[in-house]
Amino acid sequence: MKNLLEHMGIEPERLHFSWISSAESTKFVDVATKVTEAVKSLENKEKKFVKTKPKVA
Amino acid sequence: MKSYTEKIKEISKGLLEEGKVDMVIGYRKGSVPLMHQPFFAQNQQEIDEFVWDSNCGLNLANYVTDRQEKIGILATGCNSRNIATHIVEGKIKREQLYIIGIPCKGMLDRHKLAAMADGPITTVEEDEEKGTVTISGDGFSETVDKTEALQQNCSICVHRNPVIYDELVADEVKEQTRDEVDPYAGVKEIEAMSPEEKWAHFDDLLSACIRCYACRNACPLCYCPLCFVDESKPQWVGKSIDPTDVRTFHFLRAYHCAGRCTDCGACVRACPVGINVRDFTKKLEKDCFELYGWEAGMSTEQRPPLDTYKPDDPEEFIK
Ligand code: SF4
Ligand code: SF4
Repeated sequence: MKNLLEHMGIEPERLHFSWISSAESTKFVDVATKVTEAVKSLENKEKKFVKTKPKVA
Repeated sequence: MKSYTEKIKEISKGLLEEGKVDMVIGYRKGSVPLMHQPFFAQNQQEIDEFVWDSNCGLNLANYVTDRQEKIGILATGCNSRNIATHIVEGKIKREQLYIIGIPCKGMLDRHKLAAMADGPITTVEEDEEKGTVTISGDGFSETVDKTEALQQNCSICVHRNPVIYDELVADEVKEQTRDEVDPYAGVKEIEAMSPEEKWAHFDDLLSACIRCYACRNACPLCYCPLCFVDESKPQWVGKSIDPTDVRTFHFLRAYHCAGRCTDCGACVRACPVGINVRDFTKKLEKDCFELYGWEAGMSTEQRPPLDTYKPDDPEEFIK
């Protein structure tokens, strides 16, 4: 899944997979911080897979 | 491919006569050039309509889903692998089928030939001895080497001979090896691009898509009674030709084929606007080969990698 998304042009920085148990609160905070940092670090801010306005009626 | 056609007719007639099958699924001449139709022959006269040449690129495994009859079916390398996948997935029983195996030398790329022609193609002739194909129409006629006119998936195919069959129509053909042809050359080209270039490549690829779903309908793997794109409660994906909707459709459809796609090329052949849908599925096929050593449909025993779990499955991507 990750590979195909990257293949289509989604930046690796936007794709994160984690396994976090409900007891691992610190891991959750850690991962969330890393994810947001990675996404913010991207130069290309263009939104992908987001529909703004339909281009056709 | 006269010899193949005659042999196919002979075997099929025998099967019907002996009552071994209720019908034989093959091809008859299509209503447009380069596209022979899948055809269910149920009696001797209908068998006489059978043809075999390099225009039989639709995948016949698509037509046996959930059928109850006893069926004779033609199968090339890729078709036989899709039949095997159907058997593994419980869509047909091996005992119901009499598989007429066809060693295959590849199908013609109708989109490529149409692009070479100076107008609508009306006739296609193949010279087996010279290995050429001549397309002609109003005021033009062009002859090319068959190797140049092959569908891309056929030119890189490494399983031309059927993997399961009851009888072959001819001796096996020589297989191409992975050293001679690189099945993943096309995927590697895309892999080498930057994320922006990749995004643009797929934008461009899909720009002509009209969401007709011919690709899905031609695919033997897409047998769900109600496809996710047609569902409305809940609606998983927008139904318009907005680029985001189109991309979502293709991405998800491809993913449903992961580990099951045999790269038969029926989807591309069926597409009215000539989109190479395989740019999605071939990447998954490559990943399955590299991550799991898996090629779809090579046996009727093993289940595809994405519906099994092994303790040593790769999981580097999970942090
Ligand atoms: S996705 Fe295309 S190439 Fe793959 S099995 Fe389906 S029709 Fe064949
Ligand atoms: S067959 Fe071609 S145009 Fe139709 S939905 Fe598939 S890719 Fe789009």
